[in-house]
Amino acid sequence: MTSLDSIVASQPILPFDIESIRADFPILKLKVDGHPLVFLDSAASSQMPQQVIDRLVRYQTTQHANIHRAVHYLSELATAEFEQARHKLQHFINAREDREVIFTSGTTESINLVMHGYGRKFIGPGDEIILTVLEHHSNIVPWQMLAEERGARIRVVPINDAGELLIDEYENLFNEHTKFVSVIHVSNALGSINPVKQMIEFAHAHGVPVLIDGAQAAPHMKIDVQDLGCDFYVFSGHKMCGPTGIGVLYGKADILERMQPFKGGGDMILSVTFEKTIYNIIPQKFEAGTPPIAAAIGFGAAVDYLSAISLEAIAAHEHALLNYATEQIRLLPGVHIVGNAALKAAVLSFVVEGVHPHDIGTLLNQQGVAVRTGHHCAQPVMQRFRIPATSRASFAFYNTMDEVDTLVEAISSAQKVFA
Amino acid sequence: MHSKSLYQEVILDHNRKPRNYGTLEHSTHHAVGHNPLCGDRLVIALNLDGQNIEGIAFHGESCAICKASASMMTSVVKGKTRSDAEILIQEFRDMALGKLDPSDENHLGRLTVFAGVRNLPTRVKCAILPWHTLHAALNSINSTSTEAADDPMHAPVDRAS
Repeated sequence: MTSLDSIVASQPILPFDIESIRADFPILKLKVDGHPLVFLDSAASSQMPQQVIDRLVRYQTTQHANIHRAVHYLSELATAEFEQARHKLQHFINAREDREVIFTSGTTESINLVMHGYGRKFIGPGDEIILTVLEHHSNIVPWQMLAEERGARIRVVPINDAGELLIDEYENLFNEHTKFVSVIHVSNALGSINPVKQMIEFAHAHGVPVLIDGAQAAPHMKIDVQDLGCDFYVFSGHKMCGPTGIGVLYGKADILERMQPFKGGGDMILSVTFEKTIYNIIPQKFEAGTPPIAAAIGFGAAVDYLSAISLEAIAAHEHALLNYATEQIRLLPGVHIVGNAALKAAVLSFVVEGVHPHDIGTLLNQQGVAVRTGHHCAQPVMQRFRIPATSRASFAFYNTMDEVDTLVEAISSAQKVFA
Repeated sequence: MHSKSLYQEVILDHNRKPRNYGTLEHSTHHAVGHNPLCGDRLVIALNLDGQNIEGIAFHGESCAICKASASMMTSVVKGKTRSDAEILIQEFRDMALGKLDPSDENHLGRLTVFAGVRNLPTRVKCAILPWHTLHAALNSINSTSTEAADDPMHAPVDRAS
């Protein structure tokens, strides 16, 4: 193929057998209003393969009891399976030790844990916290609550028109008051992949710890927390083919040990008297109460599933989908892609001239195409582009080039309704 | 009902050429309605002469369902009394929430074209926002929202006194 036209018109070859992958996901066989479901909302929550569903069923049918408590067979079995899941997650992100993996209810709780456990202990009046315009509300609001309580200040890294962070501006924000940096790895609203390794190195040169919000990155690319060097890395199970209600806070052991507990309760203590409580060691210090045991084990099965396909193959496939969708949507007159960063992952946000995103969402749904419409919990991003909302198609490794074609045709037919 | 039937020609027409779109030179009442979930924002201005709605206009940023609903609403209530308007507000809201069947006796007339939203829970508020904002304006409330304490899905609509 030599001409650009023939490249644009043809679908690229995929790195794995997509039909056998799709066969693992029973929900993808659904029909919506008589149309095959085209699920392009995995950035909000991904679908679950039969392997993970089966693992949840096996746990509930043959392995369930409370963990870390009793000496009986089931409790020991459930504890071993739960800790095995932690071990799988440790390997998945290449953490040094499994005690650096804290199970939480998800990315939001992970960030709140760091805000309470680290922020309330180490950030005080006049201190500054650096965030970026691209942050999800879950990486803005906890820090605002902290800033208000402690008299600290939020500084915000701006972006350019393509949706890329202005790294010079980031570096200029540092001063003697800078005490924390919290940055989204992949923008959920625009798909921009941020140069977090470079940002972490710069922050560390100033002695400032860094949290990376990996909710949109961990499902789509190989994460190596030791290579990144971040102090905290947070992500959710349900965006990675796992269950809802489970997520991870990775933290360097020495920092986790210096932090104060987030929630008080059972399991997070060594001894309790009314005079004094001795807290447990990490990770239990941060896992008060009975955790979502089944969800954690399901999360372990989900990362096994992703690793078996390989994150490299997943990234390559999703990159091909994104490139093809970008090329095809750019051919539609009156449709504008919001967010054109040089490095993007799996997310395509767009607006259609003269048609509100909510109408696009409803009309696409008529064709069986599920996209997200709205501000994507990233209102500062919308304000930056002076738009109230976008429509967002997000891709997973179980999506196909034919589904991209269906999306493009559905956008085109929605435009005709409003012509 | 299939969502396709929501985008009927009459709704598309009112979206394309909204009636009473703009501002009033002399308004006695006005209100701003927000739907924070989708960023929709609608301003409604009224000119009340005693109990009569002499003039009405709207403007703002919204989806087609909301804009068409506002356009048809302003056309229908113009020249009516405020108590007639409040009856329509109540009936429209009940229809959108599925509490009133469009085939039951009502005063909605061609506004029943919006009956399809009851099957699209995420779009009900789009259709209701103009009516909710009109109700606020009639009751001299200058700002309202489709969320929290002002949520029309839960908050009772008090008849204007």
